[in-house]
Formats: sequence, C-alpha cells, structure tokens
Amino acid sequence: MSVKDRVAVIGVGYTRFGEHWEKDAEDLLIEAVYEALEDAGVTLQDVQAGWVGIFYDFTGCGGSTVSDILKWFGRPITRVENYCASGMDAFRNACFAVASGAYDIVLACGVEKILDQGSRGLPGIGEIGHPVYGSVSAPGMFALAATRCFHVHGWTREDLALVAVKNHKNGAAHPKAHFRREITVEDALRAPMIAYPLGRYDCCAVSDGAAALILARPEVARTSRHKDDYVLVKANALSVHTMLPMYQPGFDYLGWPATQYAARMAYAEAGIKNPREEISLAEVHDCFTITEILNYEDLGFCEKGEGVRFLREGIPYIDGRLPVNPSGGLKCFGHPIGATGCRMLVEVTKQLQGRADGLQVKDPRLGLAHNLGGAGTTASVTILGRRD
Amino acid sequence: MPVIVSCGTYIPYGRLPRETIGRSWSIPSAPGERAVAGPDEDSLTMAVEAGLNALADADPAAVDGLFFATTTAPYRQKQCATTIAAALDLRPDILTADFTNGLRAGTAALRAACDAVAAGTARCVLVVAADCRPAEPETQAEQVFGDAAAAVLVAREGSGAEVQGSFSVAEEFVGPWRTDRDRFLKSFDARFELNYGYVRNMVAAVTGLLERYGVKPEDLHRAALAAPDLRGGMEVVRRLRFDPKRTAVQDPLLAGVGDTGAAQPLLLLAAALEEARPGERMLLAGWGEGGDAFLLAVTGKVGCGRGLQHYLRTRKVLASYNAYLKARDLFRREPYVPKSSPVIYWRDRRDLLNFYGLRCRNCGTVQYPSGRACFTCGAKDRGEPVRLAKRGRVFTFTLDHLVYGDYSDIPVPRLVVELEGGGRVFLEGTDCDPEEIRVDMPVELVLRIVHRGAGFNNYYWKCRPVR
Repeated sequence: MSVKDRVAVIGVGYTRFGEHWEKDAEDLLIEAVYEALEDAGVTLQDVQAGWVGIFYDFTGCGGSTVSDILKWFGRPITRVENYCASGMDAFRNACFAVASGAYDIVLACGVEKILDQGSRGLPGIGEIGHPVYGSVSAPGMFALAATRCFHVHGWTREDLALVAVKNHKNGAAHPKAHFRREITVEDALRAPMIAYPLGRYDCCAVSDGAAALILARPEVARTSRHKDDYVLVKANALSVHTMLPMYQPGFDYLGWPATQYAARMAYAEAGIKNPREEISLAEVHDCFTITEILNYEDLGFCEKGEGVRFLREGIPYIDGRLPVNPSGGLKCFGHPIGATGCRMLVEVTKQLQGRADGLQVKDPRLGLAHNLGGAGTTASVTILGRRD
Repeated sequence: MPVIVSCGTYIPYGRLPRETIGRSWSIPSAPGERAVAGPDEDSLTMAVEAGLNALADADPAAVDGLFFATTTAPYRQKQCATTIAAALDLRPDILTADFTNGLRAGTAALRAACDAVAAGTARCVLVVAADCRPAEPETQAEQVFGDAAAAVLVAREGSGAEVQGSFSVAEEFVGPWRTDRDRFLKSFDARFELNYGYVRNMVAAVTGLLERYGVKPEDLHRAALAAPDLRGGMEVVRRLRFDPKRTAVQDPLLAGVGDTGAAQPLLLLAAALEEARPGERMLLAGWGEGGDAFLLAVTGKVGCGRGLQHYLRTRKVLASYNAYLKARDLFRREPYVPKSSPVIYWRDRRDLLNFYGLRCRNCGTVQYPSGRACFTCGAKDRGEPVRLAKRGRVFTFTLDHLVYGDYSDIPVPRLVVELEGGGRVFLEGTDCDPEEIRVDMPVELVLRIVHRGAGFNNYYWKCRPVR
C-alpha cells in the first residue's frame, strides 16, 4: 500500500534543540506536543493513537513515556527504536496507521534527553552488541568512511569543512538551533580531532530536544486550521542494512546502501524521476560532514564519487538549485536521537508552508527528509509535498 | 629421547631506559634498558606470541600438551594454559597445566614435558613461560626486572636439541618472595638471597648434573644460565670453572631486556639455540628454592619463527616514566568496567580465541564473526569453520578519541582489516604510533586484553603494523 496523498501533516511543534540542563524529557515532549496540537487546532482528546521515537532507554521505555507525560491514558501508543532513525520511523508507523484508515488523527513525536548522562559523545554507544569484538564511537563509525573516501576519491578534510561552514551559516539564522554561529574553514580545520579524520566541527553535537507532528487523513485536513496549506506525505521508505559494515565482505565504505535503497523506494512511490531537478529542498542526516557528502550521492542528487563536486558547485547551498539542510542540519541542531527525524519533518513541513523559522527556501514544492541510524544501518526517506 | 624441535621468544615493544627510572626518583640507575609489557599485555598474552613463534613451522594439531609457566599468572584461580591453547588453536583433547609461583616454574614445566615425552604419554608438548613481574616503584627491582616470554616445543622425535638428562635440587628458602597479600616482590637481604638462594643452588644443580652424566665443564660448548644480575651470573660461571674460551656462556640479556623471572631460563635457552650448531653440547640451568639443570646435545637446526634478534631490534623507547606507570597499571585511576559475560565468552570462544570464521559452501564468502546466515548470499547454515589468517591489510581506519564515554588525548586506532585468504575484521591497533597507520598497510594480529568487563580478562585479538 502506498501512503502517497493519503496522509496529511496538519500540525507541527518542536522545542529549541540544545543543552537543556533545566528541563527533562517530560518538559521537552510536552512542549513539542502541545505546540503541534495548537498548530493543528486540535486537542489531545481528538488524537486517537501515538508513536514516539526514543533511542535510549534512559529517556523512556514503552508507550507510557508519552501517556504518563501527557496524562493521556488508554490510547494505543508505541515506542519506536531504530537507532538514529527512530524519530522518522515513528512518523512512518503513524503514516501507515492513517493511510490504512484505522485512525483519523494521530501523533508522531520523538524525544531524547541525553545530557543528563554526563558522557562525552553518545553514552554507551560502544557497548551495543557483542561485549568483546571491537567497539567504536559514533564518529569513529563514520570516520571509517571518510578515511576510505579520502583514499579512493582523494577528498580532504577541507572538503568536509565546507559542509560544516555551509550548515553553520544556515543554522545561524535559526532561532531553535543549538549553535547559531558562523564558522570558517580554518575554524573547522583547527578544531581538536574527535575520530580521525573527523574533527569537532565535522561532528554534530550531543543535544536534548523533542519534536512532534499531528497527522490526519486528507479529508480531515481539508477542514482543519491548515486547510489551505497542509502538507501531504508523498512517500515514506525505510531500509535496514547492517550494523556490522566493518565485517561485511566487500563493503566499500563509499556510501550507505540503506540510504540508496530507501531513496529508490521513496522516489518510486512519489513518482520522482530526477530527484535533483524535482526536489526543492532536503533536510538530510548530517551527523558528520562526510555523511552529508555521501548523502548527496546516495540520495541520487549526484553520481557516486561526485559528492564533493556537487558541494563545490554550490548546488546544496541556500541559494543553490537544491538547498540541503537549510535549517543548519544536525550540525547546528545537534542530535537528540529520537527527536531528530521528527524535527526534520517539522522543518520540511514549515518550509513547504512558507513559514520556516530559519532561512526560507523560495517557493518549494517537494521536500525530502532523510534520517540515518547506526553505522549507516537504518535509513528513512520521507517526501512531503504541498497540497496543491 | 625428548628433542626440542623449535623454540620461540617474545619481547614486548616498549623499553624503558634505566636512566629514565633513576632520574624520575633521583636515585642511581643501572645501565641499559628494560622491556615493558604494554597496558594490554600480561604473561598470558606474551606467552601466546612466543608460542606462535615456536609453532611457526609446526602443525598445532600435533601438540598433545601445553604447559604454561609463570610467577605472574593473571588469575589466582582459573587455568591460563587453556586460554593459551585456544589462542594457539590446539586440540581440545590435550593435557594443559599451569606451573606457577617459583622462578623454577619454567624449568619445572620443561622437565615435566620431557618426562611426559620420554614416558610416551605425549608425543609433543609445548612449554610456554612468561613473566611480567610487578616491582615496587623506587626499588632496584624496578630497574632490573624485564617482561618477556619464551616457548619450546618438545617432541619424541626429530632433529634439534636432544635433552639428554636433567638434575634438580630442592631447598626451602625464603627470598625473594610474594605472598598472596603482596602486590610487589619482597626481599629480606639481597646479598643473602643472591649468594645462597641463587649462586649456591645453581652450582649444586649443575654440579649434580655433570656428575650424574660424567660430563666435564670443558665438554660443554654452550651454557644458558639464569641470572638475576650480572655479578651473580659471573660468580656462578667462576664457581663452575667454565672457561669462556671453550664454553660460550649465553648473555643473560639483562642489559637490553632485564631479569625476566620464570621466563628467563627458556628465553636464554632459545637465544642460545638460535646460535648453536649441530654437534654442540649445551647446559641449561635455572634457580628458585633450589635449581634445575639440563644437558642438551644439538643435532640439527632448531626453528624459532620470528627470532629473538627481531624482538631485540623491534622496540619503542617509552617517552617517560609515567608512560611506564600507565603501561604497568601502577597508579590508581577510576576504572571503567564495560559490560561482558563469561557465558558469551565461552559460547564464542572458537571465534574469539581460536579465531575461526565461516566459509560459505554456497558462495565461498569467508565471514567473521561466524553468523548462521551468509553475509553475501544469505544461505542459512551453509558455513564451514575456517581458521583465519593472522595477517592482513588495512582497508580503512579511524583514530578514535572517544573511548568509553570520555575524551582521550591519545586516540585508539580502530582498523577494518582484510585478512589474507578472506575474512574482514574490525580490530584495535596496538604497539604503534597512531600516526603511522595507513590504508593498505600490512598488519598482524596479536592477542591482548581488550578490557576487563564483568571483572575477567577479556582476551581478544588486536593488530599491529608488520615490522
């Protein structure tokens, strides 16, 4: 079953992303959900089911994380965990529930409260899986790709720095971003190394935050507060590859197959033939600068091996033909894991409605959001379009 | 008659000049340097590398027994020989045993191996000895001790060094010692210990041996004599009336390696055998609450894998005394104990220690770890176990500064390695400068302690540049 044009986004909300020392997961989630409810002009009692993306058990387990925070009892609520793509996968499950006709109005949200854990980098990430085999930090997983791309394509740390500079420039204009400061290539190159060849500005920050969307059947959307500018889901795809690319014979580390599969499925569903020409903007998973460059290729914005050229030609810049991460991306928002996928969809929705909180892309028709998890393991691609 | 058909040695990569130690404490320093095992090494891991050298040209399936000798066993209760046997991929139906506590552990294990072979209860026994003795900071011992391992393969037949006879003396003696409550070795009177505990027992054991077999000192071409220090060693040579022109006394390696404890007799034996020529007669003697002496006759070349000279050459001088403190875990830090499970460690032992992967009968892919379904074709349960090579090339890598949720100034190299003959693995780099790692660089695997999760030593393979 295709979800195309069967699901509408009628309300969105999200917290400021960043260091929320004075707030817990309850504060973050309730703020995001109530902002979305108000935006949609509905009450919690109108919402029939919920999905929440949460990666870490310490943020919350089970659907009761949502019911207890909202004091919203008796509804079907499911926690979704799929590494760093947990948020967009929660949205995907919510989409199917609406598209199938099971519900009229549902909630898709994500939250993560990480900074309470006192870790440098993501807490406990090295302990996922087998206790004895080699572990690696999150930056380390993606650094493996950067090293290989440097070797094969001749890319350099300067190439990666361009992504950081671009996204910081965009993020500086966004009131809800964690970092709102422009940087230079020199700043990026001078920063301390985190996991060679990735330095501090190649990595997104560890942040707290929450985001929420209210989804409804188009018939419901047509009578909602956003009846004139609701957004329709055009495609929604998920692909799961391996958490063990370091062991997979032949894995080339020049891209992430999960993104390639998910993009292919999403384009087929949305009827997109030439993504570079047809998509107006993209919020992609720039957990690390190398990831954004590989995303250009994996999402079919350019040929394999051409990611750096695509960037240097200016295409993904705010005034380019296909702006990528106009919000500033994970680079500027940080990555409260379960929240990120929903935050991207909030951003794309507002861009399509012409009410972006940061830099507004001019007259967008189709927006893409891409959420990547694990060691390039889990990729979710969602395409949203204007109702007209 | 038992024959030593091959031997192996191992000296850790790190060396600490004794001058660095003396300067750190403002005390006089002895000349030379000492070998220092890395933070991820212990007697067990060092023994594995020496054992691999001894087995370089041998079929591990032919080994009927493994004896591990040390005064610094990493476990108070739990046999170490079984771990070593797994890492060397020996058969499960063999006798394994740890010989511990005394400095004669190495020679006692050799004696037991020879007796088993002579008695016909085993055709081939591997003896591995290693020591990594904790010395109290600011003592002579700290300067003199060195970390090393050695191994000899004793077989019923073959050419090499025949063990023609042995002689032992046992004598109650306290010094030096370490009780089960002591962290460091204790000494009561160093001169008493040297003259009575060492010289007297060495002389008694060797004299007894020569008398029993009717051999005169001048009949011996070569002598490997354990020596806790140079002066003591010279005193033994003098008392035994060896003429240095007729008998080549093996350099005890004190200047470049140190006093290697229970590993020393076999280390010196291996060193001497690397030089020995067929036709030579040799003496080996060790001490510790008595003495053990052996009479050997060289009949042919003794294999040694990567020989001692390689390890003496391959060295990195530690940058500071603090680097030594860190390597030997001599200052207190809050330990981070990751999760682990002896259950998982047992279940996956063939992958973890024996280092086997699977070759798919359907498509030929070699995969590691051993999963039920093939990584390439997805076929279920079509894999057959295959012993993976311990050499390969770096496919890609990172130098990770985020280690267990903390920022470390010194990054941990993490390498994706393509093994010779198939299989891709993900290993930590060790014994290297992170800056020297490159894509396509050849590396070799070494057994190390990767962490101490669940309170036990999680031994697993790391890799280092081939040198």
